[in-house]
Amino acid sequence: MTALQARGVSVALGSTQALAEVSLSVAPGWTAIVGPNGAGKSTLLRVLAGLQRPDAGEVLLHGKPLVQWPVRERAMQMAWLAQQGEASGELTVRELVHLGRLPRLGLFTAPSAHDEARVDRAMHDAECTPWQQRRLHELSGGERQRVLLARALAVDAPLLLLDEPTTHLDPPHQVALVRLVQRQVQAGTTVLSVLHDLSLALLADRLVVMAGGRICAEGTRGDPALHAVLTDVFGGAIRIRAIDSRWVALPHLEI
Amino acid sequence: MSDQDHQRRRRLAIGLALLTALLLIAGLAAGSEGWSLMQLLHTWRGPDGALIIGEIRAPRTLGAWLTGALLGLAGATAQGLFRNPLADPYLLGSASGASLGVVLVLAASALGGHAISLATADTLARIGLVGAAFAGALLGVLLTLTLARGAQQTTRLLLAGVVVGVVMSAVSDLVTTAAPDALRGKQAFLLGSTGFLGWSSCAALSLGLVLTLPPSWRLSRALDALTLGVDSAHSLGLALPRVRMALVASIALATGLAVSQAGLIAFVGLVAPHLVRRFAPATHGYTLVASAATGGTLLLMADVLARALIAPQEVPVGVLTALLGGGYLIWLLHRRRAT
Repeated sequence: MTALQARGVSVALGSTQALAEVSLSVAPGWTAIVGPNGAGKSTLLRVLAGLQRPDAGEVLLHGKPLVQWPVRERAMQMAWLAQQGEASGELTVRELVHLGRLPRLGLFTAPSAHDEARVDRAMHDAECTPWQQRRLHELSGGERQRVLLARALAVDAPLLLLDEPTTHLDPPHQVALVRLVQRQVQAGTTVLSVLHDLSLALLADRLVVMAGGRICAEGTRGDPALHAVLTDVFGGAIRIRAIDSRWVALPHLEI
Repeated sequence: MSDQDHQRRRRLAIGLALLTALLLIAGLAAGSEGWSLMQLLHTWRGPDGALIIGEIRAPRTLGAWLTGALLGLAGATAQGLFRNPLADPYLLGSASGASLGVVLVLAASALGGHAISLATADTLARIGLVGAAFAGALLGVLLTLTLARGAQQTTRLLLAGVVVGVVMSAVSDLVTTAAPDALRGKQAFLLGSTGFLGWSSCAALSLGLVLTLPPSWRLSRALDALTLGVDSAHSLGLALPRVRMALVASIALATGLAVSQAGLIAFVGLVAPHLVRRFAPATHGYTLVASAATGGTLLLMADVLARALIAPQEVPVGVLTALLGGGYLIWLLHRRRAT
C-alpha cells in the first residue's frame, strides 16, 4: 500500500486556487515535485504533512485519513523540513537536533542513550557534528540548512518530506544531500521533496510535475513524455539532455 | 552543553544567589532613614523591631522578589511562546487588562460604600483583586492576540498591544470618573508599589509562583520547538493549541497576581529574559527559571533603591523600574544600531 496519498485535494489561499483537485500516491523511493513558481508544490507538501487543511479532498496515511491520526503518532511517521527553515533562539546545534526526538519522547520523557545515539547519527549524516556546541546564529545559511536537515533525520520517520532542502547549499553539499537522500531510500525511507533545481530533481526515482495548482505529469526521470511536459511548463526555457548517462536540465537561451 | 555554557549558567546562578542574599539583607535594613547594617541592628533590638522588620520590611522584601519573579517568568514565557523578544506582560495587554480588573473592583467597592485600596485591602478583598486582575490579564492578552491576528508580526503585535493598552486605560478612566472614590486607590496602583505587600500577599504570590513556574517549565520543550517555527513545531507532534492555552493562562495568572499585589511595574518582564539570554543563553527550561530569579532580583534591587534614594521619601518602584528598564532598552537599541 502507498504510504501517503492525496485524493482530490483543493486549497484556496485567499483568491488564489493553490491546489485544484490534486490526487497523488507517493511511491516508495525518492519522488521529487517540480514546477514553476506558484505551481502549488509547497502547498501540496504542507497538505500531505498535515500542516494545511485542504478545503476539499483528503490525505491518507497508511490508508487512514490523516486527520484521524493522533498528532504524535503522525509525527513519528513523517518528518518535515520547512522551506528556508526558520529557526531562532539560543539553542545549540545539538539541542536543536534533539528536538527531532520530540515525537518519540513527548514533552516530559528524558532522552535515552538510544535517542542520543540517533541524534549523533543524524548530525553525522547531515555533516554537522563539528558544530554541535555552536548556536544557529553563528552558522552560515548552508550550515543552518544542514542542521535543520539533521533535525528532520533525527525523527527517524519512514517518510521524509523535504521542502527545498538544497536552499543555501553549495554544490558539494547539494551532492552530499542527494547521496544522503539516496542512502535513506536504500534504508527503506520514502522521500518526497520539492526541488527548484531540476538537475537535482532528475536524480530522483520519480518526478511529479506541477503547474497552476494541478499535477501535469508523473513519471520516472527518463520518461520522454515527462521531459516534454517539464519543458512545456517552464515555457520552453529549459532543455533536458542526457550527459554522462544522467539527465540534466539546461537553460535554453535561444527563446 | 559545552563547558563554556555550563560555566556561564553556573556563574549566573551564583551571581544571582549572592546578589539576592545581599539585597534581602539590604531590604530588611532599608527604612525611612535610609539603610545601613547598624541601623538594622538598632531597629532589630528596638521595642518595635519585630513589628518593623517582621511585619513590614520582611514581607515587603520577600514580596518584591516574588512579584519580580512572576513578572520575569511571564516575560520569558511570552517571549518564547510568541517568538518575539519584545513580548512582555505590558506589551501584550495583560498588565493593562489586569489593571482594569483591579480598578473595576476598587470602583465597585467604592460605589458600595466600602472603598478599599491596595494598602487597606483585607484577605477577601485581595482575593477579589487577584481574581479580577487574572480575568483582566487574560482578556487583555486575548484581545491583543485577536487584534494582531497572532503574534508572529512584531509590528502588528506592538500596535495591537498599544491599542489594547490605550482602550483599557480609557475604560479604566471612565470607571473612576463614575466612582471618584476609587481614584486614590487607582493612583497608588498605577505608580506601582511594594509598600503594601504583607504576609498574605507573599502567600498569594508564592502560590502563584508554584502554580505557574513548574507547569511552564514542564512545557519548556514546546517553547524550544517553537524556535523552529510554528509549522515545524506542529510537525513534531506538539498539540500547540493546548500548549498555547496553558502558557497564556500561566502568563495571565503570573501577571494578574503581580499586578493585583503591587500595581503596575514596568519592564521587569521584558528585561529579565534579555539579561538571562545575554549572560547565559540556554534552552527554555533554564531560561524560564533564570528569568524568574533575575526578575525577582531586579525588582528587589529597584525596591531597595526606591526606599533608599531619597529617604525618608520613597520613589514609587514602578517609576524606578520604568526608568531603569527603559534606559536599558534604549542602550540595547543604540548598541544594536551601532553594530
